Amino acid sequence: MSKTIQRKQTLVAYGFILPFFAVFAAMFVAPLAYSGYLSLYVNRLVGGVSFVGLENYARAFEDSRFLEGLGRTALILVTQVPIMLGLALFFALALDSGRARGSRTLRLLIFLPYAVPGVIAVLMWGYIYGQSFGLIAQISSGVGLPSINLLSDELILFAIMNIITWAFVGYNMIVMYAALKSIPGELYEAAEIDGAGQWRLAWSVKIPMIRPAILLTTIFSIIGSFQIFNEPKLLVEIAPTGITQGFTPNYYAFNLAFVNQDVSYAAAIAFLLGFVIMIVSYVVQLSTQSRRFQS
Amino acid sequence: MRHGARKAAVAITSITTVVAMTLSGCSSDADTGTTTEPTGSTDGRITDEQRLEALTTPTNLTFWTWVPGVEDQVALFEAAYPAISVTVENVGQGLDHYSKVRTASQAGSGAPDVVQLEQQFVTSFAVTGELLDLTPYGATDLADDYVPWVWNQVVANGQVLAIPQDSGPLGNLYREDILAAAGVTEPPATWADYKTAAELVRANTDSYISNMAPGQGAGWVGLLWQAGVKPFGYDGGEGVTINVNGADAKEVVSYWQDLIQNDLVSVDADFTDEWYQGLNQGKYAGWLTAAWAPVFLSGAAADTSGLWRAAPLPQWDVNNPSSGNWGGSVNAVLKASENPIAAYELAKWINHAQEPALLFATQQNFFPTKISVLEDPVFAAQEPEFYGGQRVNEVFAGISETVDTEWEWLPFMEFAYTSFNETFGAAVAAKGDLSAGLDAWQADLEEYATQQGFTVNG
Repeated sequence: MSKTIQRKQTLVAYGFILPFFAVFAAMFVAPLAYSGYLSLYVNRLVGGVSFVGLENYARAFEDSRFLEGLGRTALILVTQVPIMLGLALFFALALDSGRARGSRTLRLLIFLPYAVPGVIAVLMWGYIYGQSFGLIAQISSGVGLPSINLLSDELILFAIMNIITWAFVGYNMIVMYAALKSIPGELYEAAEIDGAGQWRLAWSVKIPMIRPAILLTTIFSIIGSFQIFNEPKLLVEIAPTGITQGFTPNYYAFNLAFVNQDVSYAAAIAFLLGFVIMIVSYVVQLSTQSRRFQS
Repeated sequence: MRHGARKAAVAITSITTVVAMTLSGCSSDADTGTTTEPTGSTDGRITDEQRLEALTTPTNLTFWTWVPGVEDQVALFEAAYPAISVTVENVGQGLDHYSKVRTASQAGSGAPDVVQLEQQFVTSFAVTGELLDLTPYGATDLADDYVPWVWNQVVANGQVLAIPQDSGPLGNLYREDILAAAGVTEPPATWADYKTAAELVRANTDSYISNMAPGQGAGWVGLLWQAGVKPFGYDGGEGVTINVNGADAKEVVSYWQDLIQNDLVSVDADFTDEWYQGLNQGKYAGWLTAAWAPVFLSGAAADTSGLWRAAPLPQWDVNNPSSGNWGGSVNAVLKASENPIAAYELAKWINHAQEPALLFATQQNFFPTKISVLEDPVFAAQEPEFYGGQRVNEVFAGISETVDTEWEWLPFMEFAYTSFNETFGAAVAAKGDLSAGLDAWQADLEEYATQQGFTVNG
């Protein structure tokens, strides 16, 4: 008797999650499987479609555009992401310390860039970066400094890193700040009794307590870095030679599909990118976990 | 009128605010008479009876174009053929437009009947088998009504693939006041004169004689075209000719190498905020540009009205004046169309009947391709104030006759231009070795062509 009830409950439970799975299968698994299928073929302008197995993947490993794009993303990962997360953590701690006046307004101001649509942000930065009539150029010429072209082929990557930092520092700060708010007050009292100052408190209590939040923002940032697309897609209009076809892997996949008419190879690149993201995220997660176990 | 003119001109060069404008005038609800047309009489040519039947059967056509205000031409067409109802849709501009056309066409449903294409992409769409051969529909009869070089742009291997709409033969727009201040009283007639003038402009004013935008592949290619370089070719099958780094092309770029490295021309990206400022504030004393640019410029650099003049490009050989082309578009019929006869008539009529064709020149400010429009006084005798009353259209109509007729494109120009930016364009931006830039472009194009299954002929 109880068994049938249990079975009924199980069925009902499945019934409840069925709508999700239906949409998940149709909108996520099916397109993914389809692009996996596409990536095993090659569609040439002359000769049409033919099955090539894993040839597209092999090609990607020898494709200097793809590898350079990955390299560029890796550079962003090791320079821009630490700076951005460091700033976010600093702001979160500063706001949480209660020392800063008008912290509500500050919090909002730091978060505001995240709410600015990417298109607007890039247009705005395009103006700020302009070589002879841009804001930075006008200020630097006003004080007698030579103007630098921040949109030049060499500096465009740093210009993009700056835009991304500006846009996402507030978002990461909010995540960390929320985590800081949930630390129980007793810990602070205990630390104060032990004679800890604000710096010591931040270093030995706050940061260890919000480690999961920091890890979360790190993983999000890794995924975000590998998926950079808007910035190059929009800045290519004002820096047409600096933004190459394979500037970032994601942008490369788009160009392959819609400029080069090479949908199959684009699918392969997208899959490889997915794998790279999984591996890097997993390695980061694993290394932080093992560190925690050690300590 | 003047305001509308500016709007149109801005839209020509890839600003997308016209979506709403274009979408608003569409879709009258006639019944969908989607019957498949017979494919032709015994000799493959469409007979008059078939044409008459197609034009009197209630039919719905879809027309994808980015041209603002094209509803007016379409309305004239609908008035002439009341049975046909045309839905105009703007699905984006440039790459957005092209990728949607490809997707719809390959999906086999939802594709439009008639599409707008830039001249340089006709071959790219022909190679993927998306364009209907218009020869059986009588398109060959139109050949003599168009400027010869333009007509060659829509013909490939005996097939007529589209009907020409507008073009952009290259000329020289310059600031008469700045050149005069520098001591240059006549527009430079030869490229050697142009260099001398560039030196004077640099020495005596704060301006550059011109800006050579690194990422403007179509403009650079137009300059190669003028010099008689034949960098591209396509035999309609598997064979492509790629020769962007030949001796003749290198001669042209070595000229520019000299000017760029001696800081005689600037190399800013074009159609950017910086560039507009440069035009308005006299950073650039000229612009080597296409016939669609005079009207565009009068909107983009409104502060400088009355100071500009137009002239032909400086020449390599003054005895054989020549020019190239940059931009211009056509209307093509997709193979996927279920009403090819009516679709062809639409593409033909709006670009060939005098009233709508002239309207393109006066309202959209398109530079005409049809001879009778080029000669029409309503177009040719305009004396815009922006150019101090000079008959600019007449200047460009004269230039159009000097454009080299033998010019072909690669069947993958989308890739060719992206690759251009990374190779030659990057060399221009870096003020580096332009010749090496051409070599890199050549290698990249060859690699892509081979990858795509083409046979590359040197």
